[in-house]
Amino acid sequence: MCLAIPMKLVEITGFGVGKVDAGGVKADVSLAMAPDAKMGDYLIVHAGFAIEILDHEEAMIRLDLFRELAEATATEAID
Amino acid sequence: MRIEIEKRAATKLAGDINSMLSGYGASMKFMEVCGTHTMAIHSSGIKSLFTSKLVLVSGPGCPVCVTEKLFIDQAIFLGKKFGACLVTFGDLIRVPGTEGSLADLRSQGGSVKVVYSPMDVIGIAAQVAPQPVVFLGVGFETTIPTVAVTLKTALSQNVGNLFVLPAFKTIHRPLKILASQKDLSGFLLPGHVSAIIGADSYDYLPRDHQKPGVIAGFDGLDILLAIRSLVKMTVKNEARIENEYRTVVKPEGNVVARALIDEVFEPADASWRGLGVIPGSGLALRTPYDAFDALKRFPMEVPAAPDDPRCKCARILTGELTPNQCGLFGGECVPEAPVGPCMVSSEGTCAAYYKYGGGSVDA
Ligand code: SF4
Repeated sequence: MCLAIPMKLVEITGFGVGKVDAGGVKADVSLAMAPDAKMGDYLIVHAGFAIEILDHEEAMIRLDLFRELAEATATEAID
Repeated sequence: MRIEIEKRAATKLAGDINSMLSGYGASMKFMEVCGTHTMAIHSSGIKSLFTSKLVLVSGPGCPVCVTEKLFIDQAIFLGKKFGACLVTFGDLIRVPGTEGSLADLRSQGGSVKVVYSPMDVIGIAAQVAPQPVVFLGVGFETTIPTVAVTLKTALSQNVGNLFVLPAFKTIHRPLKILASQKDLSGFLLPGHVSAIIGADSYDYLPRDHQKPGVIAGFDGLDILLAIRSLVKMTVKNEARIENEYRTVVKPEGNVVARALIDEVFEPADASWRGLGVIPGSGLALRTPYDAFDALKRFPMEVPAAPDDPRCKCARILTGELTPNQCGLFGGECVPEAPVGPCMVSSEGTCAAYYKYGGGSVDA
């Protein structure tokens, strides 16, 4: 039931409602649980509701971590 | 390039995990609590990366699977006796009740609609009024606030023909029961339920049960990262809650969503397939929202419904058995003709084993 892919908020269509874009397909989303969501934020959407706003800084940290892990494999392979 | 990085990172994580396992005297058994994790673990092939010293079992986190057969029977009764239009999320319609499934009811001319969002029921109620519309209320903390918002909207719009058949469940109580199982080393904690309830809410696992728990995201690397943390803590005999899904899950969770839940619902007992009635593990509608409660509005004359004794769903949901230990798996019970809910749901453990293990009994 959980969709893990964050969707970008591209339009605020009314009070507490907006549209998200997922790979070119737009869908309505309720912001009742994420009232602070701003245009351009990436949202985790469940059953038509944004349940949380993706933390951009943490997403970068996560990518760096995976990059470091990948490099560690590369150096191990060379050793 | 990205795929190359991910592949290498996965190799490194699996290598770390296996080297810790090889230096450890016993085997370790972790439970993934969330049905979406179960599917991700199988579809990404993660299990094949580890030695047999690491065992992953599924828990009670597939909402359709933990819903009792009686609930299906009650829904069908409301459709047949009161002509209700039944509205549900997709997976539930194929779960067998005592006399067929909701899909069977629909093919016999009953009114059964599948929605993506609970909000859709408001439009449906307006369309079919005065016919009663009953939303089948299944789900955990991620889904519950979406229903709360829907009912708040329905109340403000005076929607009079909308009802909910409540079977909502909350995760902490069953987790406490499972945590007392001696042979479980720790928990892979759900991503999106945790987004609502918060990483801090699991403090009882290390404190009262000395069990570690790690919150994980949903792709293969996220899950590997979380498993590495679990294995590391187990090797060092440490127990903490770690959050490996900080991109989404905050220590305090989603406070707005929890306030919505509290406004519309109050704790109640709930009956879980596999675990029985657990006090305080479900939710009932508070006044004035109890006017939407289908159980209060319609007299229900539905007898208790025993499960097919050959179906082992109940013991699979507590991590006691794996699907290939069920005699019906892959033979009499397949996704096209499921005997139990664990084979129906796209998050069910039997469905995951069938789909990714090829359906052979020794998969
Ligand atoms: S394989 Fe089918 S019958 Fe066996 S436990 Fe799973 S759902 Fe039940």
